[in-house]
Amino acid sequence: MNLQMFLLLAAALFAVGLFGALSQQAVVMVMMGLELMINALVVAGAAFWYFLTPQAPDGQVFVLVVLAAMTVEMAMGFAVTTLLFRAKDADMTDMAAELRG
Amino acid sequence: MTASPAWAVVPAAALVVVFAGAAAALDGVLDPAGRGRPMSGRLGRPLWETARLLRQRRRTTVAPDALLWRAGTAGPLVVALLMAVVVPVGGITVADPPVGLVWFNALDVALWLTVWAAGWGANSVYGLVSGYRFLSQALAYELPLMFALTAPAVAAGSLKIGQIVAAQDKTWFVVRMPAAFLVFLVAVAGFSLWGPLAYPAGRDLAGGVLAEPSGVDRLVLLAGRYALLTVGAGMSTALFLGGGAGPLLPGWLWSLLKTALVLAGLVAVRRAMPVLRADRVMRLAWLVVLPVTLLQLLVVSVLALGGS
Amino acid sequence: MLTAVFWVLAVVAVAAGIAVFTVDSMARATVALAVSFVAVGTALLLIDAGYLGVITILMMLMEMGIMAVFMIMYMMNPGGLMPMSMLHNKRGALAISIGAFVLLAAGALLTPWPQRRGEPPSDVTRALGEAVMGSKMLVMMSVSAVLFATMVSALVLATGRGRYDGDEAPAAEDAGGGA
Repeated sequence: MNLQMFLLLAAALFAVGLFGALSQQAVVMVMMGLELMINALVVAGAAFWYFLTPQAPDGQVFVLVVLAAMTVEMAMGFAVTTLLFRAKDADMTDMAAELRG
Repeated sequence: MTASPAWAVVPAAALVVVFAGAAAALDGVLDPAGRGRPMSGRLGRPLWETARLLRQRRRTTVAPDALLWRAGTAGPLVVALLMAVVVPVGGITVADPPVGLVWFNALDVALWLTVWAAGWGANSVYGLVSGYRFLSQALAYELPLMFALTAPAVAAGSLKIGQIVAAQDKTWFVVRMPAAFLVFLVAVAGFSLWGPLAYPAGRDLAGGVLAEPSGVDRLVLLAGRYALLTVGAGMSTALFLGGGAGPLLPGWLWSLLKTALVLAGLVAVRRAMPVLRADRVMRLAWLVVLPVTLLQLLVVSVLALGGS
Repeated sequence: MLTAVFWVLAVVAVAAGIAVFTVDSMARATVALAVSFVAVGTALLLIDAGYLGVITILMMLMEMGIMAVFMIMYMMNPGGLMPMSMLHNKRGALAISIGAFVLLAAGALLTPWPQRRGEPPSDVTRALGEAVMGSKMLVMMSVSAVLFATMVSALVLATGRGRYDGDEAPAAEDAGGGA
């Protein structure tokens, strides 16, 4: 096992997640894509920690922060989805076009 | 605590199955429906039931999600066996990883998805409602369970189950953390769909996730439930009751005796207490039990600071 | 041996990830995502990141349990009994993601990564715990503030009643849960 193998796995997961986040219409499916992309970050973060600087704990702390970010993303995502659904019966991204920034 | 070779999983699994069978036999004896029948029939109920279910032809429902259904019904037994890997018997354990306690916790969380999948896969309203009930009840018992697991880890200064057992050589943790011990046992009943927390598999739902599986599927699901109770009892022995500590008898025998005692208590509770509704459990868990476990954790932490 | 295990886990993780967007049933999609996370968590166990690996499995299984509820609540075809495509701009998305993969993979393989410095400490979990409670405490304190803000704002966004709509809980209890 080496760093390149883990980074390849991370790249593949990130690409799959990106495809989902870009192509899916349902809000919840877009969130699945985002989750997969963050999953790739977990792999890459842990691999960088183990294969480059195992002595410093920074890499492990980074993974913990990523996991926390993931839960935040999910909680807020579902809250917004619930709000959208309640306000206008929308469960598709195209129906929520006014969120365009 | 010695780690064992890979083949040690076989006797460990056999031990879980034997204890689960004994628990089922005890439940057969305690079942008021069997009153008046000969004792041999009530004691042997798990055997007859196994034979009956092995011969029974599988029923199926309209358009089930067979993959998720099968995976979900096998889930509890698989989870229980994976948990058993880190449960020590005396000084012997299959594996004692540095994060054994988190391993146990992660596996009980795995039940969220498996029980839900078992309910969803059957494509039956009873199973579906049951799966959702389980999720809502899991939200109630999981946080108290996590804090109850944290208490022995804080007191021992380790997530390694071997060291948690070793830290109890003077006093058992149940003395220092009775609330955590009780919460742990209730949570074991919760993830085993047992006793007062059997609401997801309640009678009003015709058994919920148990309603549709038949034949081998039902056998595996029922066995998984008893196996989860067994492993939970074994874990409570290691975490709170000093593991194999005791006079005269060898350590492994003490471990087994304590496990059997806790298991018998858990089984007996089923006939002694009514089933609680999930919303009541939720209210109780978040308004009473969670603060109590946090206080318990505070006490344990202060004691741990004073002790070191 | 470990390398072979890693490749198996990697293939499972990516295949389950692809399955998330190809299966019709939302229940299966959620479970597929959970499988992907479990494979990644197990892969982390291979590189001595025991705590991170197990905690990834724990948190993600929990998250997927909750996710299943929302997936089925907010999809028009949760059971997948009426197969239909829910994609837009499939070709563009495919091109972009393949491009991203090629770019990232090239970066991973072609970058001259520095040599490994030092060995992992004997107790990795203890090192992490001491970092979180010591030198990296500020990070975790900000995370906890963010988590608290998330809890409050998610509740505010998702709850159906406002501040003065009264407490509905006693009424719900009277109505009973059908037990």
